[in-house]
Amino acid sequence: MTGNGLASRLALRFIALAYLAVLLLVPVGVVFYRTFEDGVSAVIDSVTTPAAISAFWLTLEVALIAVPLNAIFGVFAAIALVRGRFPGKRLFDALIDLPFAVSPIVIGLALLLVYGRNGLFGEFPLDNWIQVIFSTPGIVLATIFVSLPFVAREVAPVLREIGDEQEQAAATLGASGWQTFRRVTLPAIRWGLIYGVVLSTARAIGEFGAVSVVSGKISGETETLTLLVEKRFQNFDLAGAYAASALLAVIALVTLAGMTLLNKREEDTT
Amino acid sequence: MIKVHAVTKRFGDFVALDNVSLEVPDGSLTALLGPSGSGKSTLLRVIAGLESPDSGDVEVGGQQATHLPPQKRDVGFVFQHYAAFKHMTVRDNVAFGLQIRKRPKDQIKAKVDELLELVGLSGFHTRYPGQLSGGQRQRMALARALAIEPRVLLLDEPFGALDANVRADLRAWLRRLHDEVHVTTVLVTHDQEEAMEVSENLVVLRDGHIEQVGAPCEIYDRPANEFVMGFVGPVSRVDGRLFRPHDLVLSDVPADGADKATVERVLHLGFEVRAEVIRDDGERVVAQLTKAEADALELRDGSTIWLRSPALSATPLNA
Repeated sequence: MTGNGLASRLALRFIALAYLAVLLLVPVGVVFYRTFEDGVSAVIDSVTTPAAISAFWLTLEVALIAVPLNAIFGVFAAIALVRGRFPGKRLFDALIDLPFAVSPIVIGLALLLVYGRNGLFGEFPLDNWIQVIFSTPGIVLATIFVSLPFVAREVAPVLREIGDEQEQAAATLGASGWQTFRRVTLPAIRWGLIYGVVLSTARAIGEFGAVSVVSGKISGETETLTLLVEKRFQNFDLAGAYAASALLAVIALVTLAGMTLLNKREEDTT
Repeated sequence: MIKVHAVTKRFGDFVALDNVSLEVPDGSLTALLGPSGSGKSTLLRVIAGLESPDSGDVEVGGQQATHLPPQKRDVGFVFQHYAAFKHMTVRDNVAFGLQIRKRPKDQIKAKVDELLELVGLSGFHTRYPGQLSGGQRQRMALARALAIEPRVLLLDEPFGALDANVRADLRAWLRRLHDEVHVTTVLVTHDQEEAMEVSENLVVLRDGHIEQVGAPCEIYDRPANEFVMGFVGPVSRVDGRLFRPHDLVLSDVPADGADKATVERVLHLGFEVRAEVIRDDGERVVAQLTKAEADALELRDGSTIWLRSPALSATPLNA
C-alpha cells in the first residue's frame, strides 16, 4: 500500500511538473536560448540601440507611476469594500473588476474616444494643458486601467480574514486611524499587497493591447518594450525581438526579487 | 464609575439594547451575564465606544463619553479571540499603547517588564503571539490593555475560547489580579458559573433589558423572576413552582406534606448526587443531594422515597 501511495504521489508530481514545463518553462527558456544563440555581444548591441534604451526607460517610467497609484488605490478600495458600509458598494465592487472583463484593446479605444482629438473633450486638453493620446500620459492611463484590480483583489480577502478586532484593539489603546493603518493593518495585509504589486507590475510592463492603441508607437518616444518587441518581430528582426523580450523578463524577475527582499527586511525589523 | 443612561441600540430591525441604564461602582468587578443575543456584548462595546448608541448617554470616570471615540475613553478592552497583533512580539504588543502615547523608552520598558511579570509572562518578551497558548495570549492581551492604565477594564467573553481547565485557572487568576490592581472591571459572559465565581456585582440581561442587578448570592437566592432563577442556577419545577434542586428534601420515611415517589436514575457527580425521581402522580423532578445524604438514604435506581418541597426557598419574587 505504501509503495503504491508513493508511486502515485511521484506520478502526480511528475504530471504537475511536466505540465508546468510544457506550458511555462519551455517557451520562456526558448526565448532566453534564442536570445543568446548568437553570443552576448549581439544581445548587448540589440538592447542598447537608442530605440531600445528609450523603450526600456519608458516602460519603467510608466510602471513606476502606474503601480504605486494602483497600490494606493487598491489598498483603500479593499478597505472600503471590506470594512466600509456605503450605498453603491456592490456597484463599486463590480466596477473594480471592469478592466478584467473588458479587452485591453477596447480600453485603448475607449481612452482614444475620451481624450483623442475627436474625443469627448475635443481639442481642449491638447491646446491648453496636456497631450494624452500618442504621449506618455495616455500610456500611463491605459496601464493604470488594465492593472487596476490586482492589488484590491489580493488585499480584500486578507483583510476579510484578519477581521477588524486588531484594529478595534488598536483604537482602544489610543491609536488614531492612520496609526492603526500604519502599525496594525498594513503589516497584516503585507503579503496580499506584495503579491498584488508583483502582479500589477507584471501586467503594467507587459501590457500591449491598450497601450498599442493610445501610444502612436513613435520610436524613441512613445514606444514601450512590448511595442518594440512587436515591431522587431514584424520587421523579421527575430534576434532583436528575443533580446527585448528577455529584457522584459529581467524587469519582471527583478521586481519579484525586490519585493521578496523588501518583505524579508520588514520581517526582520518587526 | 461607569454610568449608562437610557441607552438604546438597534442593528437593523434587531433591538440589541432597549433603554438600558446601569451604574458600575468604582473599583468593582461587575459581570454582565445573559444568553447570546441578550445585548451584553453590545452594552460593553457601547461603553468602550466601539459601538455608538442610537440614543442615551454614557459616562466613564465622571466624564461624558457618549460622543468620544474609543481612543479618548481611557478604556482597556480585551476580546474573546485575543485580537493580538500577530506581527509584533509580546513586548511590542504590550508596549503598543505606551508607544502611541510617546512615553520615554526606559519608562515603556519598565512598565512592560512589570506587566509581563504581573501576568506571568516574564521571559516571553521576544515571542510572537503565534508561539503562545490561548491562555498565554489572553494574559498578554490583558497586560496590553492594562499598560495604558485605563480608568476601566472591559472584558468581552475573555475566557470563552479557552479549554475548561485553563478557563478555571484564569478566572481565579483574574480575581487575584483585580484584588491587586483594583481597576473598575466589567466582564461579559454567558457562563453563570464564571459570573458567580469572578464577580462581586452581577447584572443579568435578556433581550436587550436588564433583568436584575445585585451581588451574586443575592441574585441566586432572591432572583427577580423565573428567567433569572433559571439562568443563574439549576431549577426543578414542582407543582408549577420553581425550586433549586438542592432545596428539595428527600426522605426514606413518610412525612407531613411529602409525596411518594420512585427514583428513576441516580447520577454520581463526585460530591454532588443528582436524583431523577417520578412522583406517583407522574410528575418528574430532579433533586440534588450531597454524597453523604445520598449514602444515608441508600439511594439507588428504583428505590421508593418521599419528596417534599420546602416552604422557604429561592423562588422568584414575582412568582
